[in-house]
Amino acid sequence: MRYALRKVAAAVVTLFIVSLLTFGVFQILPGNPAEIMLGVDADPLQVEALEQKLQIDKPMVERYLNWVGGAIKGDLGDSIRYQIPVGELLKSSLPVTVSLALLSILLTVVIVVPVSIYLVKNRNKKSAVIFSSLTQLGVSLPSFWVGILLILLFSVTLNLLPSGDYISFSEDPMGSFLSLILPSCAIAIGTSATVIRYLKNTLLDEMTQDYVRTARSKGLTMNQALYRHVLKNALLPSLTILGMIVVDVLGGSVIIENVFNLPGIGRLLTSGVGNRDFPLVQGIVFYLAVTVLVMNLVIDILYTVVDPRIRIEGGENR
Amino acid sequence: MKKMMKRALALLMAASIAVAGTGCGNKEKDASKKADTIKIAVSAEPDNLNPMLSAASDTEGIMMNVYESLLTFDTDGNFLPCLAESYEIEDEGLTYRFKLKKGIKFHDGKDFSAKDVKYTYETLAGLNGSEPLKQVMADVLEAVETPDEETVLFRLKHVDAGFLCKCIVSIQEKDYKDDETHPIGTGPYMFKEYLQGQKVILTKNPNYHTVESRIPEIENVEFRIMTDNNAILMALKSGGLDIATVQPENIEVLGNKFEIVEGMRNAVQLMSMNNAVAPFDNEKVRQAVNYAIDKDEIINTVTKGHGRRLESFLSPSMQAYYKDDIKGYETNLEKAKELLKEAGYPDGFAITMKVPSNYQEHVDAAQVIKSQLEKVGIIVEIQLVEWAQWLDQVYKNADYQTSIVAHTGKLDPQDFLNRFTSTYGKNYFKFSNPEYDQLVIDAASTTVQEERAEIYKECQQMLADHAAAVFIQDPYLIYAVNKNFTNMNIYPVTFYDMGSIRTVK
Repeated sequence: MRYALRKVAAAVVTLFIVSLLTFGVFQILPGNPAEIMLGVDADPLQVEALEQKLQIDKPMVERYLNWVGGAIKGDLGDSIRYQIPVGELLKSSLPVTVSLALLSILLTVVIVVPVSIYLVKNRNKKSAVIFSSLTQLGVSLPSFWVGILLILLFSVTLNLLPSGDYISFSEDPMGSFLSLILPSCAIAIGTSATVIRYLKNTLLDEMTQDYVRTARSKGLTMNQALYRHVLKNALLPSLTILGMIVVDVLGGSVIIENVFNLPGIGRLLTSGVGNRDFPLVQGIVFYLAVTVLVMNLVIDILYTVVDPRIRIEGGENR
Repeated sequence: MKKMMKRALALLMAASIAVAGTGCGNKEKDASKKADTIKIAVSAEPDNLNPMLSAASDTEGIMMNVYESLLTFDTDGNFLPCLAESYEIEDEGLTYRFKLKKGIKFHDGKDFSAKDVKYTYETLAGLNGSEPLKQVMADVLEAVETPDEETVLFRLKHVDAGFLCKCIVSIQEKDYKDDETHPIGTGPYMFKEYLQGQKVILTKNPNYHTVESRIPEIENVEFRIMTDNNAILMALKSGGLDIATVQPENIEVLGNKFEIVEGMRNAVQLMSMNNAVAPFDNEKVRQAVNYAIDKDEIINTVTKGHGRRLESFLSPSMQAYYKDDIKGYETNLEKAKELLKEAGYPDGFAITMKVPSNYQEHVDAAQVIKSQLEKVGIIVEIQLVEWAQWLDQVYKNADYQTSIVAHTGKLDPQDFLNRFTSTYGKNYFKFSNPEYDQLVIDAASTTVQEERAEIYKECQQMLADHAAAVFIQDPYLIYAVNKNFTNMNIYPVTFYDMGSIRTVK
């Protein structure tokens, strides 16, 4: 209980510091949102009217305090650029990013587990060596490059999948899936390469442990020992990596979302920064911080599911 | 280094798209499919759907499909009747009398009449009690009168030869309050939906008949907000887009599925030199820079020849006002060095150049200019700045030495050439010349078209003579149009004219 309280308190402090940092950065950044919005042809009267309407003629400190006041009550304020509540913008971008994240994580897991096991079982064969070098390639390839290649192959050459076209789930579930499958692959190729390298090494480590010998000596085959005991133990460290990846993708893959023209959190963030949209950026940063905190909690819980020892010890130091 | 990598990757990609394109030219499926939706890429989010509050040209380009003005213009910038059937100028240019067309309805079914025109202009000029929204309008408009339903009289405070251009103002319905969220006009397309960050969707106005050539054929239009050039290219290739502006280097890549429509965009790409700070406060230095720069090389490398060389601050799109025999600067390094010596810089000097990083064509031009100026001993340090920063530091506060950017032209040269007057708020060139200021003032009160054109031509020569900046080129606007569609027009101002688009049978 005290552990939970401490976590919540830490979370609140983190959120506050994060918002203060964003505020600080916005203090330094040059640029007037009204002028950016209206461009080089704006009439001075228009700029003035817009500044008043957006209330950006007020001092930054006042605007920040207003924002904090609102945020405590759950109101993130209105976006300057879009002139609708930030919460609404987040609500419309979130499904895109979340489905992208879920799909790419699913793909990652589907790729990682069998490939790692294959690599461990055949670690002395040539094919495994080649596969291992391929994962090195997967780690090094930039995701936008993979994304563009995928579009080239599947959208342009084979004409199988759409590109530059996001379809929401409520509009057309199948179309939505199709519009997300390529970007998810682009993300999953990189992430799975990373996780494979990690999982493979832990698997190999675990294979040399005493309990494996014990399992074998009581009559289990190599496969049985691998699936029943080794895999479970090896999953634990990979879970941490996977968690970090989930947070990363949930934070919006700025590059992938731009390459595939997906209206997700990442694009919202770049537009927010580019337009000096203070409430919007604050809102997104707030969301990101919450995501990280929640994900850490989820991973903690998952640990205890995978490894009952942690449950018994009460998760010290975590 | 990182940038070079990015470049190399982009090149490689373009090459592979070309290969992919040729490899499967005949695998397209939907040639016979009825085209009821056309998708066109726009680069910027609308700033405001209410035309009175909007200033961004991209937004205007979209919303001119929804709203109409008293007059409209053709691709050469000549005025055509639109909501007004005809007009007369009275009182030696102090009164404009417009006769309106009959039987035009707003998208909500209400009749269009003189009261809507009065409402729009009075709101803009602040004549109905509220604060004015446009300074230029407030400065010139004295009163708006409506003797009857079909007649509008504009009374001006002073003679303004550019007033007709000010009649390209979206007419909004009186007493309609929701223009910001659900705009309603009289145009060929009706507003349907705006999805922030994604698209603006318009749908055909079946009752449209104001301008015959713009009676729409295609059912729906989607303006997709896309900023990434590679994403746009991919979407064009895969059918996700029908029309988009493309870069000159990507024309080849698109293959034969697209018609390329290109033309001058009435813009001026220029290298600005802060006339107020050393060494550019010396005219000789500015002239030396002009002599040192090879504009043809910039056009051939940066825009691959898809641009029109300029000598002053007006594009030939403005036929009537453009001076085609300007005495400009031919590249001459000896002369440049000589001028630098005379100005007291025999060994050259070092300068910084702030270039907005989001405009590849300006960044590229900066690289070329850097190497050109090196030859006469001017060392350029290029500083890439974000657009917001450029607006703040260069455009607003003139805190810079040199920069490169393009200025988009207007229908009236007045609203363009006045950027170099000392009274213009955003004259970041810091060019200051009382003679020039007087010329611009004179032109505004000269109603005889030929005389007015003469004055503007004099203005252009003066800007060239004093080397107010290095005027480089009008980079062409290049549209790739899916061959299922035709008749995409290029206008002197941004206007995505969807009413004129036709399908190819």
